[in-house]
Amino acid sequence: MFYRETGQYKTDYAADMALFPIRQDRIGIALILIIAFVVIPLTMSSFTLSAVMIPVLIFSLAAIGLNLLTGYTGLISLGTAGFMGVGAYACYKFTTWFPGVNIIVLILASGFVAAAVGAVFGLPSLRIKGFYLTVATLAAQFFLSWCFVRLPWLVNYNISNAIEVPTRTILDIPVTGPNATPVTRYLVVLSIVVFMTWIASNLVRGRIGRSWMAVRDMDIAAELIGIRLYRTKLLAFAVSSYYCGVAGALMVFLWLGAAEADSFNINQSFIILFMVIIGGLGSLIGSFFGAIFIWGLPILLRSAPEFFGVSIAAATVEHIQYMVVGALIIFFLIVEPHGLARLWQIAKQKLRMWPFPY
Amino acid sequence: MLTRHLAMGIALAGFVGTAPITASAQESIYVPLLTYRTGPFAGSGLPIANGMNDYLQMLNERDGGIGGVKLTIEECETGYDTKRGVECYEQVKAKKPVVVNPYSTGITLQLIPKAAVDKIPVLSMAYGLSASAVGDEFPWIFNPPATYWDGLSMIFRYIGDKEGGLEKLKGKTIGYIFFDGGYGREPIPLLEQFAKDYGFEVKLYPVPATEMQNQSAQWLNVRRDKPAWMIMWGWGAMNPTAVREATRINYPMDKFVGIWWSGGEDDARGGGTDAKGYLTLNFNGLGTQYPALQDIQKFVLDKGKSQTPKDKFGENLYNRGVYNSVLIAEAIRNAQRITGKKVVTGDDVRRGFESLKISAARWKELGLPEFGAPIEAVSCSDHNGHHAAYMQQWDGTKWVRVSDWISPMKERVRPLLEAAAKDYVSKNQPWPKRTESCDKSS
Repeated sequence: MFYRETGQYKTDYAADMALFPIRQDRIGIALILIIAFVVIPLTMSSFTLSAVMIPVLIFSLAAIGLNLLTGYTGLISLGTAGFMGVGAYACYKFTTWFPGVNIIVLILASGFVAAAVGAVFGLPSLRIKGFYLTVATLAAQFFLSWCFVRLPWLVNYNISNAIEVPTRTILDIPVTGPNATPVTRYLVVLSIVVFMTWIASNLVRGRIGRSWMAVRDMDIAAELIGIRLYRTKLLAFAVSSYYCGVAGALMVFLWLGAAEADSFNINQSFIILFMVIIGGLGSLIGSFFGAIFIWGLPILLRSAPEFFGVSIAAATVEHIQYMVVGALIIFFLIVEPHGLARLWQIAKQKLRMWPFPY
Repeated sequence: MLTRHLAMGIALAGFVGTAPITASAQESIYVPLLTYRTGPFAGSGLPIANGMNDYLQMLNERDGGIGGVKLTIEECETGYDTKRGVECYEQVKAKKPVVVNPYSTGITLQLIPKAAVDKIPVLSMAYGLSASAVGDEFPWIFNPPATYWDGLSMIFRYIGDKEGGLEKLKGKTIGYIFFDGGYGREPIPLLEQFAKDYGFEVKLYPVPATEMQNQSAQWLNVRRDKPAWMIMWGWGAMNPTAVREATRINYPMDKFVGIWWSGGEDDARGGGTDAKGYLTLNFNGLGTQYPALQDIQKFVLDKGKSQTPKDKFGENLYNRGVYNSVLIAEAIRNAQRITGKKVVTGDDVRRGFESLKISAARWKELGLPEFGAPIEAVSCSDHNGHHAAYMQQWDGTKWVRVSDWISPMKERVRPLLEAAAKDYVSKNQPWPKRTESCDKSS
């Protein structure tokens, strides 16, 4: 009832191919954007903005990147954090070379370096599949981590082997560095994430996305209908790494403000993979759900005892949080193996029929 | 802006009914502790967290806080993870802390640029960025009593003492096994400089964070290279593993020297009785015989207000935590004295740190005679002071002090610091100029 399409006629192809063909969806997305761009920056505390909202958005972007590869093309990768690192280090090198250039341009440009590296590590995907490819991407993760630690050139021979983010301004407003306010940083991250999500959603709906999904569903059949496997797979690696690279650059420049090589370790790769699996493979909105679930829920759980006025030792809260999040992950995967995105879809389906069940 | 205040006001109004805690925040000093009782570094993090907590708790219980103002002590669990550390910092920032202790080099690096903007002093006690000792460039960061370069120079003073002069090292090999990150890499330039000066060869054995408990490859190389001395920069699970591996290859333990962060009881116990002879630097006293520690026992432990296990009380890293809290408490007391205020702010405590003096008499007054070397050289331009440490040796069951206070080679370290600070600033342009004025008393 709430979600009924009756009466919404499509009279031309453009309407039929629109990103959100249903009116309720358009209203919904407009509402979400208004909340994200206006309400949240006005009402939320700087802690919520900088420790919850910004990381959730950045992880969503990384999850979208991995989802394009794993969810849409069916190539499992454990090298996500490595590609994020490439983006971050590339952006650091760019901004030291060109201090005057707009930092957002540099962040978007650093994604191309990650894309190139990703394509190189995607080369084995031409020959191997499944577990074997997973191991090859694992090698990428280890190799890149090794580079971050062992190549002092990447950090401009910094003695502490870390990236320190300098202040960069746009129109005299500091966007990176310690003087950037959480609101500015949030809005910049949000704009980039919304823009890139829009690109991704168009990508997966179009020819490229279709060919990715064809490769995922059965590569031999895809080849038979004329999809060139090599190009398609490499493109998936490149685009996925581009998204991860931008996410990595955002992570260091707009969230953490400094980073050691350890920020891009294998754990980070796993966390992004969990986000994709919990959120739902092959779903963009699932990437957001996954990021909110994996990053946001622990913070909520940690602050819960204090909110209810119960005093529990910090370490105990930590242990409880591990157990609860772990249990919830298992619970969700048993109840809905296709992730939170599938639950969302079912909810929409139910709303469409409400109040008449099947 | 108006809407934001309005919204916050409404939110607050809803809150007041349920949470009557906000009222007391006015009359207390908020001291958050970023600790880690979980994760791969918990082994070292637990005793430190307990020591820091217990000393401040004791001040609350025994003296009613500092200068009549209670301390609000709160822990935030970082798990030694930099992302979580930044989250903790954002969380405590809102409550106006007078000082933040990141207890991790990685987290410290992230907080250094933020501290000046948020006006929160960061105490990174003998860790973090060595260059931040240059107070003219880093007015908000403090790292007394000594930097890693000081530590390395003290180790070399000790080695020189044992060898009968550092010139005797010519042609020999010195191994350096280190945590492969900012923490372990920092001393390398000075080590290489020493190698050039005294004509010995340096062998580096990096241990990545993921391989802390699996160092057999590194120690296989040590066995092959047969270094005359081994120096270790380790932390957390890396330390006991290294000690165990060293005993396994029969490395002479009295030639194996660690920095102060490698000297926990649990670290040495990793090698059992075979670890006898293992040396580490230390700058805090050992044992429970100090009156202040007796007070902790009486006012905190016996009342069940601590998480400290009975048998860990007075161990090295526990006392290190106490030392850390003494610095905090003294800086707050100093700030109260300078400003005449009771409830001090972050800026006041920064001034308190810049004029921090703990003489031998003051240590005694605190109930900690000879607990640390006198802190005297901390000033506006020198936020470290380059104080002395001593060498301790594992006798199979406990640490024993085996040397007098060793002072660092300040004349060699200071130029390195200045250069590193200049380098940091030039890479982080635009870096804010110091605008904080310097107190006359400091």
